[in-house]
Amino acid sequence: MVKNVFGRIYIGLIMLFLYAPIVVLIVLSFNNSKSRAKWGGFTLKWYSELFDNSIVMDALWTTLTLAILSAVIATVLGLLGAIGIDAMKKRNYQIMLGATNIPMLNADIVTGIALMLFMVRFLPLGFSTMLIAHITFNIPYVIFSILPKLQQIDVSVYEAARDLGANSVKAFWKVIIPIIKPGITSGFLLAVTMSLDDFIITYFTRGAGVNTLSTVIYGEIRRGIKPEMYSLSTILFLMVLIVLVMSNRASKKQVK
Amino acid sequence: MKKLKKLTALLVSLVCVMGTLSGCGEDSKNTLVVFNYGNYIDPAILDIFEEETGITVKYEEATTPEILYSKYHAGSIKYDVVCTSDYMLERMIKEGDLIKFDASAFEHIDNIGETYWDFSKAFDPTNEYTIPYFYGTVGILYDTTKVTEDVDSWEILFDGSYAGDIIMMNSMRDMYMLTLKYLGYSINTTNTDEIDEAQKLIVAQKPDVQAYFVDETKDELATGNAAMGVIYSGDAFVAMEMNEDLAYAVPKEGTNLWMDSWGITKQCDNVDAAQKFLDFLCREDIAKMNFEYIYYSTPNEAVIEDMDPEVAADEMIVPPQEILDNCEVCQMTSDELLEYYNNLWKEFKAK
Amino acid sequence: MKRMSRKHLATPYVFWIICFTILPLIYIAWYAVSDGDGGYTVENILAIFEPVHWKAFVLSIELALICTVVCLLLAYPVVLILRRLKIKKKGTIVAVLILPMWMNFILRVYAWQVLLSDNGIINSFLGMLGLPSINIINTPAAIVFGMVYDFLPFMILPIYNSLMEIPNDIIEAAKDLGADGFTIFRKIIWKLTLPGVISGITMVFVPAMTSFVFSDILGGGKIQLIGNVIEQEFTTSMNWQLGSGLSIALMTIILLIMALLQKSNQQTKGNNMIW
Repeated sequence: MVKNVFGRIYIGLIMLFLYAPIVVLIVLSFNNSKSRAKWGGFTLKWYSELFDNSIVMDALWTTLTLAILSAVIATVLGLLGAIGIDAMKKRNYQIMLGATNIPMLNADIVTGIALMLFMVRFLPLGFSTMLIAHITFNIPYVIFSILPKLQQIDVSVYEAARDLGANSVKAFWKVIIPIIKPGITSGFLLAVTMSLDDFIITYFTRGAGVNTLSTVIYGEIRRGIKPEMYSLSTILFLMVLIVLVMSNRASKKQVK
Repeated sequence: MKKLKKLTALLVSLVCVMGTLSGCGEDSKNTLVVFNYGNYIDPAILDIFEEETGITVKYEEATTPEILYSKYHAGSIKYDVVCTSDYMLERMIKEGDLIKFDASAFEHIDNIGETYWDFSKAFDPTNEYTIPYFYGTVGILYDTTKVTEDVDSWEILFDGSYAGDIIMMNSMRDMYMLTLKYLGYSINTTNTDEIDEAQKLIVAQKPDVQAYFVDETKDELATGNAAMGVIYSGDAFVAMEMNEDLAYAVPKEGTNLWMDSWGITKQCDNVDAAQKFLDFLCREDIAKMNFEYIYYSTPNEAVIEDMDPEVAADEMIVPPQEILDNCEVCQMTSDELLEYYNNLWKEFKAK
Repeated sequence: MKRMSRKHLATPYVFWIICFTILPLIYIAWYAVSDGDGGYTVENILAIFEPVHWKAFVLSIELALICTVVCLLLAYPVVLILRRLKIKKKGTIVAVLILPMWMNFILRVYAWQVLLSDNGIINSFLGMLGLPSINIINTPAAIVFGMVYDFLPFMILPIYNSLMEIPNDIIEAAKDLGADGFTIFRKIIWKLTLPGVISGITMVFVPAMTSFVFSDILGGGKIQLIGNVIEQEFTTSMNWQLGSGLSIALMTIILLIMALLQKSNQQTKGNNMIW
């Protein structure tokens, strides 16, 4: 029991570490001063200004579409890829793992410029080139999330399913997928994360007039980040939090 | 196996379809692709322009001159008009990326003062390629609660009196520029002995420096995390709005006058629309709107004359002639010299 | 035949990698071996061994390694505790760990600057409690701090996923056989989570090698990592040849190191021949 108390404290500290900057952003969204480091009184004006800002609203839409689409495609490609790589012999396995590392290993500016130079040859820069770029740097995170789960799979589970008459596709869907599902989920979520965060690759692969939240925010750094960005972060954060709590409640009810 | 081939084919065609989708629906005749720094125009101005002329503006932002140039140069997007900094414009003119504008097509270009056309000559010797947009100086922003003496020289950064309490520039050009000025040399010197001397100074200064920042300096000083910092005049203004105890000084040895100007690219196939847009930016009411949004020094004399006397008296917004006399515009260094600087800068950063 | 077809599930991915990773990389490789005047050279790649670059490279490896070790040391207990607490909603836990990362990266880094600075929130708080202040801002410690913050979830998630899979009866059986806690950990838990640990290490160490924002903002721009050098070659000094050369060299060295590590770690592969 005592161990559990210490455990809870430790988890609490880690959560504090992960969420401390978010608390700062939420506080700053009510700050009546443009400086991020000085408190100038409470205000809600950044929230009203946010909704009047059509550039930010467009960027938000692009960002969300891009993040979800790229994460979905990357998860599908990555899942198939991971299963395939897992079945490979040692040599090919290593080559594929090495190649998978490349987008993570290159500095973003290198990946960005390389993709831009390559894609402008046959595609006009726009949403599609951004999507391709995002899928490309998302896949490694999906693969590295799914591979360890695959390597854990107990041979007997799959064989038992086959012995009981399931064909390989069915055994795959009914037996393997449920086991590696946590890996798929975290791979997908990491892919969304990477897509939301990227700036430099997006900058080089986007078309004129297309913005994501990252490109808007980085563009503002030079002249000072507008506090509307903090209100937007706050709103997004609360929305995701509410969805989380709701889905949690729903699943609790189901259990009952 | 067959299924996989189908899947692959599907993927390829999907990508191709998306490509064509994003390519269509563009009427290049009546659109203008504008490339500028972030947050560097009042967005309302673009709306007014679209309303008045029926020309659609596609607006793209970059963070630094270099990444703007990289993307422009890849030819990935047909940019029509570009706003960037002095030395980058010089490079673009030299490489034939910009075309001459037709002054007779402009109505409001005379609003730009003679002084600023003269400064432009440093990078656009004939004043035929670029139109000044905003300019400013590089100086010292200091906290008057911590610094009581007069700040009028770069020396205060180098004499160790505020060790651990100063913020310098994390920018190669600006660091060598101010050190060369402090030593009494030209910022555009090609004499490597002079540059080496500057290198010795900044290496010796490194232990005294709290941090090297560019965009972060204003917030750090506004919070009181440092006694003084080297900063662009435009940023200084933002910081002083946040904290009344701050003051800005341009050292007596002189400094860099930076200028951001507009140019029309050689890819532009609707030069008329481009010129209309640039002329529009010079128009008094628009330039005033823009000035009030950005608050950098404007070269538009119609705006300066119309300014609130209190604002006009601010040396940061309208630098007096004696400050301007000491200023130089940074020029594009030759590739060899750039490499020389770059190696010194890396050595300095590695210390 | 069955084994064949599993392998070929990777075909679309292989196709994707060739198109959008390998082919674009050829541009970078081409820049790396061209000298800017139409000739070819290996100077740009070998430039990694120049003292300035080598120093930045070694420093990057050091910081990335420290960051990886700290992440592992922080993450493993988190996962063990989560397992002990027997929380049912695995999805919720994963989401709670990732949620902060959905706020924009640069805004979070600036938030840390506000928190950590000498007059910052943390120090004001410590001062109020009469505790000594922490002055890590603008030092390498702050860089590592920022990296650990940003990469920690990448370590927790794969380990968490692999640990949750271990059935309790295995551990119970081991206990019945008289194994003590440490032996259970070493012989069962650690071994079974090893694939997750390796994934975590890869997803932390590899991106940490080329990050440069932490050293520019939290490190006060006083320290030069290889990521800073590469970024600077592509921007300020507009020397794409050197930037590409350094990238290729960096990539080669890291991939070689990882291949060697994997060679010495073959047992992690091999138990997966289930198809």
